[in-house]
Amino acid sequence: MSERRDMELIASLVPPGSRVLDLGCGRGELLAHLREHRQCTGYGIEIDDANVLACVQRGVNVIQLNLEEGLAIFEDQSFDVVLQLDTLQHLRNTESMLRETARVGRIGIVSFPNFAHWPNRMRVLSGRMPVTKALPYEWYNTPNIRVGTYADFEVLARKNGLQVLDSFGIRQGRPVRFRPNLLASVAVFKFSRG
Amino acid sequence: MATLGHVTPSSKFFDTPLPLRSGAQLRDYTLVYETYGELAADKRNAVLVCHALNASHHVAGTYEGQPKSEGWWDNLVGPGKPLDTDRFFVIGVNNPGSCFGSTGPTHVNPATGKPYGADFPVVTVEDWVQAQARLLDALGIEQLAAVLGGSLGGMQALSWTLQFPDRLRHCVAIATAPNLSAQNIAFNEVARRAIVTDPDFHGGHYAAHGVLPKRGLRVARMIGHITYLSDDVMEQKFGRELRAAELGYSTQEIEFQIESYLRYQGDKFSEYFDANTYLLITRALDYFDPAREHGGDLARALARATAKFLVVSFTTDWRFSPARSREIVKALLDNRRDVSYAEIEAPHGHDAFLLDDPRYHGVLRAYFDRIAKEVGR
Repeated sequence: MSERRDMELIASLVPPGSRVLDLGCGRGELLAHLREHRQCTGYGIEIDDANVLACVQRGVNVIQLNLEEGLAIFEDQSFDVVLQLDTLQHLRNTESMLRETARVGRIGIVSFPNFAHWPNRMRVLSGRMPVTKALPYEWYNTPNIRVGTYADFEVLARKNGLQVLDSFGIRQGRPVRFRPNLLASVAVFKFSRG
Repeated sequence: MATLGHVTPSSKFFDTPLPLRSGAQLRDYTLVYETYGELAADKRNAVLVCHALNASHHVAGTYEGQPKSEGWWDNLVGPGKPLDTDRFFVIGVNNPGSCFGSTGPTHVNPATGKPYGADFPVVTVEDWVQAQARLLDALGIEQLAAVLGGSLGGMQALSWTLQFPDRLRHCVAIATAPNLSAQNIAFNEVARRAIVTDPDFHGGHYAAHGVLPKRGLRVARMIGHITYLSDDVMEQKFGRELRAAELGYSTQEIEFQIESYLRYQGDKFSEYFDANTYLLITRALDYFDPAREHGGDLARALARATAKFLVVSFTTDWRFSPARSREIVKALLDNRRDVSYAEIEAPHGHDAFLLDDPRYHGVLRAYFDRIAKEVGR
């Protein structure tokens, strides 16, 4: 997700002038990009000290919070867009965070590594857990405590009454709309509270 | 990093009365202040530093001939430091009611010709900000690049954004709270009772009796000091360590190292701090509550603020806990203000805001760096 083209692809889903909340905003690149190219305003949420510092250096509003503690600090529907990019799979409270995202934002955009991408399937068939660019860790040291697939997310979204407005995969910085569950390394979903 | 070297305080006399929140007024008054760095020709690079309970205008640098007279925030303010005096013109000002030079209880009351003592009017955070604004008027500074403060100083910085929203670009509020909790007020009350029940207090007019209520001040400071540290730091520094090899089986003697430390801190404090000032400042803390006039709704109270904010808290600060800072952050978010919030994992408790923690200073450096660029420095 750190790749620039991935970022631009996701940024293009955010309507110009939006008020944005970026959950797990990292070093604030996307928020800075949205501010400069799409006249957006907003805040990033980040837990890591070095990332918080990078955001302050970049001039991005950043709130140091632990997402595991929820989003109680934000009012219902107080953002146009809530982003949760490459973040959801690190959280223990995945499902409640998804609901919180839909509560706080009019639109939610989520991205995560697609475990069903075919090289991962091959690797599992060979009897080992995948180690790829999108999933670059060993099974014993991965921060991705949730592994799910493009298809799994559709089920989870439905279960939580979310209306999927758009969804596609990404592979090497390009959108994948044909059989994304098999052919994309990253899954992207844009949804509303339904 | 270079140091500021020797600094000298200035003072300014104001003969226009200062109306106070209580309805009383200061007929005239003097403010003592220090400045560091140079005021830019366009006067856009001024930063006001507000002091906390027992501090003063002496923020940074040392006084000539007194090598140990380092300012209380010297690790933060100076050439090349996070608040860089090569770029900013930094002002430290002593508040009215203090015992460090600005008009306070030890000064002569123009109405009686005797020291104010207990007759010094109750001052509030809002009154201090009004006094500070007049000093800026006198210095010809219309708008501050930032107001910065920790603890009670952070409350002043917040008050600036409400009383003079157009006069500051940034508010940096550290280890502070939108008001005191009942527990905070309780600690203040115990400290005040220690002072006023000292037999040498004489209703606050101890000067007329030629004595000082030092015992009360000692106890007040000991209580305060406990609240500034975290349990962990106290455990680590002192634990249950004894001064002697064996238990003394006495109830009066100092046996544990922590007792010795607290008594030392109390003694030191009682040598230089004025009891009436302690009462006044703890009361100002108790009273601060910008939400009060808005039915307790902090978001409504902060709606007036237009500054950009940096809020910083420390994880082990139980006096002004991170949850209190998050209340400020939430109220700003509700108003869609520009705000960044850093929650620094530091073991030192409330005192952390005075210490040189690399993560904390890194965030301040980055933030002031941005402000400097914004004001063309």
